[in-house]
Amino acid sequence: MSFINYASREINCKIVYYGPGLCGKTTNLQYIYEKTNPQAKGKLISLATETDRTLFFDFLPLDLGTIRGFKTRFHLYTVPGQVFYDASRKLILKGVDGVVFVADSQEARMDANVESIRNLEANLQEHGFDLRTIPYVLQLNKRDLPTAVPVEEMLRQLKYKDEPVFEAVALKGIGVFDTLKACAKQVLIELSKK
Amino acid sequence: MGASDLIMYEEEFQKIKDVISKLRVDANANVVFLVDKNGQQIAATGDVERLDTTSLASLTAGNVAATDGLAKLIGEKEFAVLFHEGEKENIHISIVSGKVILVVIFDERSSLGLVRLRVKRSSEELSRVFQQIMEKTERERATGAAALDSPFAEITDADIDALFNE
Repeated sequence: MSFINYASREINCKIVYYGPGLCGKTTNLQYIYEKTNPQAKGKLISLATETDRTLFFDFLPLDLGTIRGFKTRFHLYTVPGQVFYDASRKLILKGVDGVVFVADSQEARMDANVESIRNLEANLQEHGFDLRTIPYVLQLNKRDLPTAVPVEEMLRQLKYKDEPVFEAVALKGIGVFDTLKACAKQVLIELSKK
Repeated sequence: MGASDLIMYEEEFQKIKDVISKLRVDANANVVFLVDKNGQQIAATGDVERLDTTSLASLTAGNVAATDGLAKLIGEKEFAVLFHEGEKENIHISIVSGKVILVVIFDERSSLGLVRLRVKRSSEELSRVFQQIMEKTERERATGAAALDSPFAEITDADIDALFNE
């Protein structure tokens, strides 16, 4: 649910990074935070456990600039990836405008990727959204690992519709901004259709 | 997406600001702000410069969402009021019309009783304003999207690319 404020000429949109535990959702946000100039970003908030596992969410507000005189602000969230935090994941999808799915390329995590997309589909449905129509981008993360599954095989198992796909190494920032840009673009185009 | 989007107009925005400004004075509070349930800040008044209001809004919404989840688990519809007591400052959080979150930050110059009393009255006023906004949005939708004059109606790829190149 985007929020258009005609009085202060602002538009706020929400993008959620989804994916299995340890796939690199928080790393994506950390890289964006590091590489964005200070005026354009707010604080990166991480509600994490003592071992740096996301407990509730990470949050990063990002000002992208203006479109037609309207300040465009994106709120980026991650969900906790671990299976047993499903109740929290559901809450964070509330009012989402676009979803980035971060898939872990390691062979051992393929089942977790598949399960997480199913979980995303079901949780979106509970909020009345449909993964088939919502702005959505697939990121294949950790492409630099020796155990990475070939891209074609990942797409065969994970591609959901005609979503944009990006290969990434989030730790080094590869593919991170391309992913965000593709998702933000879809969100804005969706807004223009209303 | 769709019909549930919140659209704020100048007239109602002013009314909301008036209500929360009055609440701040009446309740002797330091800061009063309004957030929607998705964590977007709607309006704020008071000593806000020292605060990171964007983070505050997001965490408040997360807090309310988690508490809502707890309420449902035990069979309650919602917990309409949350109160956090600190050493110096306290936060009073309440839900208005089931849609927006009203947050009051106050210290020892006020009291929980006073805040609760004033919040109750302001909530009724805010409910009326949000009702107006809903009706207005519905009306504008019914008369065709063009009347809304959306700034994004004719957005181009070039516009979006420009955003990322700045």
